[in-house]
Amino acid sequence: MEFLVALMCGVMVAAAVYLMLARNVLRFLFGLILISNAANLLIFASGGLTPESPPLIEYGMDAPPEGVANALPQALVLTAIVIGFGLFAFALVLVYRAYQTMGTLDSDEMRLAEPEDRA
Amino acid sequence: MADDGTDRRFLGGPAGWISILLPFGLFLWFAQHIPAVAGGAVLRWDVEWIPSLGVTLGILLDGLSLSFALLISGIGALVTLYSASYLGGHPHYVRFVCYLMAFMTGMLGLVLSDNLLALFVFWEVTTVSSYLLIGFNADEAKSRRNALQALVVTGTGGLAFLAGIVLIGTAAGTFSISAIEGSLADHALYLPIFWLVIAGAFSKSAQFPLHFWLPNAMAAPTPVSAYLHSATMVKGGVYLLARMNPSLGGTDLWFWTLAIAGGFTAVFASVLAIRQTDIKQVLAYTTLMALGTLVLFIGVGTDYALEAAMAFLLVHSFYKAALFLMIGVVDHGTGTRDATVLRGLGRAMPVTMLAAMLAAASMAGLPPLFGFVGKEFLYKAALGAPAMIWVTGCIFAASVLMFVAAGIAAWRPFTGPLAETPVEPHEGPWPMLAGPVLLSVLGLAFGLMPDWAEALVAPAATAVAGRPVEVDLYLFKEVNAAFVLSLVTFATGFVLYLLHGRLRSGLARFKPRFDPGWDRLMDGVAAGAAGLTGLIQTGRLRRYIFVTFLALGLSTAVAVWRAGLSPEIPPLDDLEVKHWSVLTFILAGALLTAFTNSRMTAVAALGVVGIGVALVFIIFGAPDVAITQLLVEVLQVVLVAVAMLKLPYLNHEYVKTVRGWDLLLAISIGAMTTVILLAVQAAPLDLELTAFFEEASAPLAFGRNIVNVILVDFRALDTFGEIAVVAVAALGAYALLKGVRRPSP
Repeated sequence: MEFLVALMCGVMVAAAVYLMLARNVLRFLFGLILISNAANLLIFASGGLTPESPPLIEYGMDAPPEGVANALPQALVLTAIVIGFGLFAFALVLVYRAYQTMGTLDSDEMRLAEPEDRA
Repeated sequence: MADDGTDRRFLGGPAGWISILLPFGLFLWFAQHIPAVAGGAVLRWDVEWIPSLGVTLGILLDGLSLSFALLISGIGALVTLYSASYLGGHPHYVRFVCYLMAFMTGMLGLVLSDNLLALFVFWEVTTVSSYLLIGFNADEAKSRRNALQALVVTGTGGLAFLAGIVLIGTAAGTFSISAIEGSLADHALYLPIFWLVIAGAFSKSAQFPLHFWLPNAMAAPTPVSAYLHSATMVKGGVYLLARMNPSLGGTDLWFWTLAIAGGFTAVFASVLAIRQTDIKQVLAYTTLMALGTLVLFIGVGTDYALEAAMAFLLVHSFYKAALFLMIGVVDHGTGTRDATVLRGLGRAMPVTMLAAMLAAASMAGLPPLFGFVGKEFLYKAALGAPAMIWVTGCIFAASVLMFVAAGIAAWRPFTGPLAETPVEPHEGPWPMLAGPVLLSVLGLAFGLMPDWAEALVAPAATAVAGRPVEVDLYLFKEVNAAFVLSLVTFATGFVLYLLHGRLRSGLARFKPRFDPGWDRLMDGVAAGAAGLTGLIQTGRLRRYIFVTFLALGLSTAVAVWRAGLSPEIPPLDDLEVKHWSVLTFILAGALLTAFTNSRMTAVAALGVVGIGVALVFIIFGAPDVAITQLLVEVLQVVLVAVAMLKLPYLNHEYVKTVRGWDLLLAISIGAMTTVILLAVQAAPLDLELTAFFEEASAPLAFGRNIVNVILVDFRALDTFGEIAVVAVAALGAYALLKGVRRPSP
């Protein structure tokens, strides 16, 4: 399964990069979602893949049984998911606002900061 | 000086007094060390400056640094006295004084520092203050341009010097000059060190072909020209060469480089000096000649040569500063500096004439002035030098032309019938006369009593040679080859002086064109920068993103290649249907998102990918993560769907066009991600932290869900930060949306 996860990450990153290089900022946003997902999956997979044993401690025990999943990357990924969501939400509003102001979603035409004649 | 109507306080007010008294006090302080240093002592004081970098602000007072320090502070006091009158009524006089003091501090630091890094800092201080002083008349475009030219040339040289310092530190294991043991000539880094140090020294001391900035630096007010660009700063490079002579000198490379550059500069500059009509320019070029001579003789490096160089250093500082200050007085008193106009000023300006004649006689090398002593020693050293013909030829030609230049600068303007000048000629005020008179009289005094100078020349030559040097300066002992050569010099010089009018018009046709070349170079740099900016800063977001990803891809590829990672595909026999289906979900979702031209399809496909990732979390024992992932995924889809009501459709044309390079880059980065993840998974996992959390969760934090305990207990601060990020994002989104009240365009 390690290989499949690595393959998934690769394809997700490739699709995300391709989307982020597009002219339409909405597609850039799709790429952003995809690359956050890929990063989360990558961190999760780096901590080792242990099937079907969540890191829980039974009542009456002081430690989890041998061979439970690695808890640390899970905690990190949890944080990352939420922060990724915050980033996404803000970027979405930014795209929306940019469209309201500039009337376009084409990043090539968004030239307020670097007008065409200067280049 | 109230005659021009400006309000002039006595000696320029407090700024003037302080700026005069400070160098004067320093001069006295340095002067009290003369007996000790003349006795062979090397005084030093150490102050820890940046202990972590090993930078000690060591002050080293030996013959060389003491000679320089006395010149800097002594001439400094005279120049500030002069400036108080020359610029005392100037609206920016105080600023001028600040620059001048900054320069003096830098220059003193430069010659007193024992640490090369500290030396470099002071070196740059002099470069920057020189820039500010040359451009003091900032209203004139020419001043600004010349200031910038000086800054760029000496600044670039300074950077080369810094690189040289780093290499010296590597080669010698220390940045302390006095701690460098023996010569670095046999070290593997000698060649780069040599050229870098030479680049620094030659740019600072304006050696050919980096000489062109110095005559242009004469755009500065006259006291600055006298002080920085004649007596002190431009000798910084000479000082550096002299200081490094024990460590870097003594090789054939050293000899030939310094002898050829120095000799050529000396002759070339004195020819150009004759060509000028502006007396200040004449003096500027003779300064170049003096610098060339000093470099030449440091390169020769025999005891006599170093002795002659150190004597000539004093000689030149006396007469050249005096002459520069003199021309300022003349300019002030007559309104012009044109050698073809000025005649017969002697009667109107007797004191100036006295100073000018004495200084010029020293420059021409006439007895019984100190210049004669200096020139005799130059000849004596030249006759005993290796490559005797070259050295003697250069110094003979330069001396002859110096004689002519002295006549042009100081004989002709004061003698003959009085010529018409823009202003009725009148004598300067005493503060402006004190400097030239004192310096030129010193030139006479040292000439009559050369023993006085031995107290400085001997320890200085010893410091440069790195071995004890016996010095015996004298005015006249016997008729020898050097003496005969002097007589020939006078005779030739006199004849050429009589012919100098024709000589000048003849030379006027010979125009070395360095400045247009420089301007073209600067224009080229500006155009190149603009072109590069246009190339990099296209103003297209996706170009920037492309470059960013390309840099990421390349650096990762290099890292992967250097680590020698080769992906190993692990066995695939334990795979079940659910694994394959998750894979299918995610691959299909990702590819569909990338290539669909419908926004709705893309959002749906993104949802599929998100759910696929959640499934991976569930399969591998992370239910909490999976729940969060699903929740966020739903929220994302809802938000995008809501936003899409107000956003335009995707442009089908653009989506359909396959962007080849983008695709290639995307696939490369994706493939690299896979390779790296495979390598990470194959490496042994360090579970120390995880083990701690597993053991500590229940006993310490009283929690049974370890992930939960980590988030809210062990790493609660992280979680707090995470909440803060979301809150800030929400605030930002609110602020952005609040402005949108208008209907969309």
